[in-house]
Amino acid sequence: MRGSFDILIVGVGGQGIILTSNILGEACLLEGRHVKGAETHGMAQRGGSVESHIRIDGVYGPLIPPGSADLLIALDMLEGLRYRHYLRGGGTLVASRSIVVPTSVFVQELPLPTAETVQERLPDACLVDAAALAREAGSPLAQNVVMLGAASPFIPLSESAMIEGVRRCVPKKSTDVNLRAFQLGRDACGECRTGV
Amino acid sequence: METRYLLGNEAIAHACLEAGVDFASGYPGTPSSEVIDALRMQKERTFHIEWSVNEKVAFENALAAAWCGQRALCTMKHVGLNVAADPLMTSAYTGVTGGFVVMSADDPFAHSSQNEQDSRCYAKFAQIPCLDPANPQEAHDMAADAFALSEELRLPVLFRPTTRICHSKSDVALGDVSGEHRKGSFQRDPRQYVVIPAHTRALHQKLVEKQPQVRQALADRGYNRCIVRGKTAVIASGIAAAYVQEVLPDDVSFLQIGAYPIDPEWLRGFVERHDDVLVVEELHPVVEEEVRQVAGAVPVHGKMDGAVPYTGELSPAAVAAILARRGYIRSPPFPEAAAPPAPDVPPRPPILCAGCMHRATFHAIRRVFRDAIYPSDIGCYTLGLQLGAVDTTICMGASISVGSGMNLSGEPRDVVCTIGDSTFLHAGIPALLNAVYSGANMTVVILDNRITAMTGHQPNPVTGVTAMGEDRVPVSLDAICRACGVSFVETVDPYDLTATMDVLKQAKARSGVKVVIARQPCVISARRSGIQRKPYAVQEDLCSGCRVCVRFGCPAIEFVGGKASITELCGGCGVCADLCPAGAIGREGRR
Repeated sequence: MRGSFDILIVGVGGQGIILTSNILGEACLLEGRHVKGAETHGMAQRGGSVESHIRIDGVYGPLIPPGSADLLIALDMLEGLRYRHYLRGGGTLVASRSIVVPTSVFVQELPLPTAETVQERLPDACLVDAAALAREAGSPLAQNVVMLGAASPFIPLSESAMIEGVRRCVPKKSTDVNLRAFQLGRDACGECRTGV
Repeated sequence: METRYLLGNEAIAHACLEAGVDFASGYPGTPSSEVIDALRMQKERTFHIEWSVNEKVAFENALAAAWCGQRALCTMKHVGLNVAADPLMTSAYTGVTGGFVVMSADDPFAHSSQNEQDSRCYAKFAQIPCLDPANPQEAHDMAADAFALSEELRLPVLFRPTTRICHSKSDVALGDVSGEHRKGSFQRDPRQYVVIPAHTRALHQKLVEKQPQVRQALADRGYNRCIVRGKTAVIASGIAAAYVQEVLPDDVSFLQIGAYPIDPEWLRGFVERHDDVLVVEELHPVVEEEVRQVAGAVPVHGKMDGAVPYTGELSPAAVAAILARRGYIRSPPFPEAAAPPAPDVPPRPPILCAGCMHRATFHAIRRVFRDAIYPSDIGCYTLGLQLGAVDTTICMGASISVGSGMNLSGEPRDVVCTIGDSTFLHAGIPALLNAVYSGANMTVVILDNRITAMTGHQPNPVTGVTAMGEDRVPVSLDAICRACGVSFVETVDPYDLTATMDVLKQAKARSGVKVVIARQPCVISARRSGIQRKPYAVQEDLCSGCRVCVRFGCPAIEFVGGKASITELCGGCGVCADLCPAGAIGREGRR
């Protein structure tokens, strides 16, 4: 039977979800662990809802069954709600506090749950102000790495392997920004964990 | 030896380098595209590589290279294999001298496809071997071996990964890249390569006689393997084999199929040792049909008796539920979902990008042709469905032939087809000249964004650069259309809404086949090439809250507190400024 640690990363196309999963993959290689992953490509990428499955120590298929993910990282709070049912009982949810409003809401005038309602419906989530921390790190584009840093204490990989993963996966000119982003996220989550 | 975290497709591409591939061609299609793209990205490339205009052309080019003794790869998705089916069938007769690997990637659940067909059926139809990997490592190992297998059997080999192989990732152990390359040289032999009836009858006979050798070669390689552990058994192929192994108890036998044709005696030997057999596979019941042929009195379960669904994609949870229903496991080992999916989260479907020229073109078409029929085609612009401007989508190039068929059937409304640049070159040209020659009345709008965008920005003959990175004179769509007999051919900038609508009105007023080429580079490739357009903004005091701009459907336009606003996603196309009846939208900083 399986003994993998299963992480689902979700968000909106363009938020850097595949890069985030690549960092975890590199970290697994550095530690000599098996890893399996599945990601969304093609049509779904165009601003759609995107998911990436990562199974650390995975040896079978790449897909995480609903109700069994150990960790859910949501780069968008609404997407966190959409994929909440993938989490196992007692699993950890780390979510960015922001919401990218789906265009369907404006075009079709659909009701949109407010940030407060979404937050209420994710009572056990560790919420991170990724946008502010990414700006503080030096680039709003680094929100994905902030979120990885915030989730990193829950991931069974060494901090140094994940940091080296960041170094290997991000563009050279933005290495420092991303290393800062990882650290700011990790620090923010320390506070969060005491709050949960 | 090196281990890397790779996409299945990247692992396949690396395997081709290890095998010393000399010639690679393909037509982009999800989930196959990253193989050629990964090969293109090699720093030192000493072999020919091309994005062809369609799969048939890609296939025939690669086949010729294999006839010349080179190792050749041809990639496509399952629906592309339909386009290449004509040469595929006959290539099994002619055979090859160099290794010829045809990769056709299948897409269970049709994640980004128009159907769920199974490429394994084509391999059986053509009587060529088919390899069916269960994970990225196996995809790598099989792809590397497929060239040698093809050379040994002198047959094309069909390599058939699925979406969850192509687009899944894992740690993959790689071999060394081969530095050896062969120069092509054709050995003339008309009895082998000229399929006139007298030759082809003999070639067909030889192909049939070769089948035992094919089965033996595959058996020797051990792609099909089994373990006998009890009186019941599960047989699985592809990614389903991984799902089954994840949950299978130790007292149930397991047989994994990785290659076709399956040796029937070996399969019979396994099945006969069991009281009950379940076959788990995606798409068509290819394995199940073989199992049923040899099973005798042993009960067989699978798609054909409803134990396994015929449609869609399998998953670990779905496979566990199937095994539980058949009594192979007591209850699914996965915990019940802690909470059901949230029911009221607004959908977030894929959408045309902010600033995408297709949105502006569709808008202009809808304004000019209010009561028309809109046949469309395969590409990003199929998302024009959300704008009410896509009525039909069948396959590459069909917008024009469906449109002319509707018009010639007597349908009284205007017909306006939309087709992308790459799709037009792929299969639209014959349809266009046919429509002209048949006397159809219709307007064809070529959505020319200068690239094959949907599948990841592969170059095509209007891009002005090849897959090898060499500059070329872009093909003139205007000249092609005129050569097909179209006299009204106009090129417009879809960001200029007024001018675009004017030209569409002229087209509407004329009879015959009219072509309007709407040309603007894809916003993503434009941004990558350094084009920066100033974003637009709403002047709040002028906004009347009429929602005209919101209904345009651009992801950069929001509507909060009764007013429109434009986000940082804005690509600066400026079409919303033309739309706004209150004149409230302008370039940022100018008003």
